[in-house]
Amino acid sequence: MKFITEFRRADLAEGLISQIHRRSQTPVRFMEFCGGHTVTIFRYGIRQILPSTIEMVSGPGCPICVTANADLDKAIALAHVPDVIIATFGDMIKVPGSRSSLQQAKADGADVRMVYSTMDAIKMAEENPTKSVIFLGIGFETTAPTIAASVLQAEDKRIRNYYVLSLHKLCPPVIRAILDSGEVKLHGLICPGHVSAIIGSHPWEFIARDYGIPCVVSGFEPLDILQCVDMLVDQIEIGESKVEIAYRRGVRPEGNQQALKLMAQVFEPCPATWRGIGEVTDSGLKIRKEYQHFDAELAFDFDPGLPYEPSGCICGDILRGVKTPFDCQLFAKACTPQYPVGPCMVSSEGSCAACYHYGRDFEG
Amino acid sequence: MCLAIPALIKSIEGKEAEAEIGGIIRRVSLWLTPEAEVGDYVLVHTGYAINVLDQEEAEETLRLLEEIAEIGGDEG
Repeated sequence: MKFITEFRRADLAEGLISQIHRRSQTPVRFMEFCGGHTVTIFRYGIRQILPSTIEMVSGPGCPICVTANADLDKAIALAHVPDVIIATFGDMIKVPGSRSSLQQAKADGADVRMVYSTMDAIKMAEENPTKSVIFLGIGFETTAPTIAASVLQAEDKRIRNYYVLSLHKLCPPVIRAILDSGEVKLHGLICPGHVSAIIGSHPWEFIARDYGIPCVVSGFEPLDILQCVDMLVDQIEIGESKVEIAYRRGVRPEGNQQALKLMAQVFEPCPATWRGIGEVTDSGLKIRKEYQHFDAELAFDFDPGLPYEPSGCICGDILRGVKTPFDCQLFAKACTPQYPVGPCMVSSEGSCAACYHYGRDFEG
Repeated sequence: MCLAIPALIKSIEGKEAEAEIGGIIRRVSLWLTPEAEVGDYVLVHTGYAINVLDQEEAEETLRLLEEIAEIGGDEG
């Protein structure tokens, strides 16, 4: 068991596909929340093999895509503070803010470095005692515990030149905001697998209970997505709405208690602004008072300026599932992965990038 | 961005492990999965093991999918 190739078997995919075609009678619209699922769906042509009764829409589950320009501008402004090293995951570097990007800041002389893990950023702080290392804390519940762990490691080692700009986002509150807006009618939700590896399946129960929408937690291989769609169809056709886990090898109903404990020790919920969605109560994480000496926003004096949105870009509408990349006049013309205008084209998991790489033969 | 990859734990020292991902050995933090043991597969996200993968559940899922494939074949 290698946990990868077993879940790409074509014979098992065929079985699921024929079962979905046989069972699906009711026209439905399912949303895959997570950008990782969007990539699997496009890469394996899953939209094209599903019956015409099933429409799939992509949700806002790409942390880089949903980071508001005002927050990107903070990261870019911090990069220009003297003696600061910005440590960030690679996807962030090319994302355009209001007037610049981290890539542009680097070209202008700022010290911006790509890291694979917060462990690298901690090491960077130890090796550069005269500099301040600011880690850009971007990510959902999957990533936030790793950043909490880095703060606790820095506290243990008494590292005083390590900081975090906490721009984390929480998934269940934003799904509630999308459902409450009523802009997009959903009949089923493919819940994010690795967010659920941390938070478990219980935090999704309000969606099944209060909104009557079936929810299934999915893994990231093609068989995982097909099994998840099959389970959603099954709930629809028998008239149920509950939370189920298709990704049982990676997700337990109670989640990862150790990760949740560390996350709660370092962070507390706060309002957060999502691109295209606006401010959502308790959908962000800020550093608790006990650890505020690690908070980059409090430690440095910087001016991000007023945020500005590029004209013509519809990333916000795409993130809400209201429009698709093919509705955007910039898509694959003025906006490409080489010269992105909006974040959904920059991040490898953004809907626009997934459509650009895998979906253009089918639509548009 | 929430990408996590299965990795096989080869050795453990304190809160760190050496784990094999696609033939390459990488250092992985066990801060979030103190229960992980040598021989376990873990899901690795940005250098941290975020969960121990459950082999029995994986096998059970594959058995279920094999049954579905057989039914599909019979009815097709």
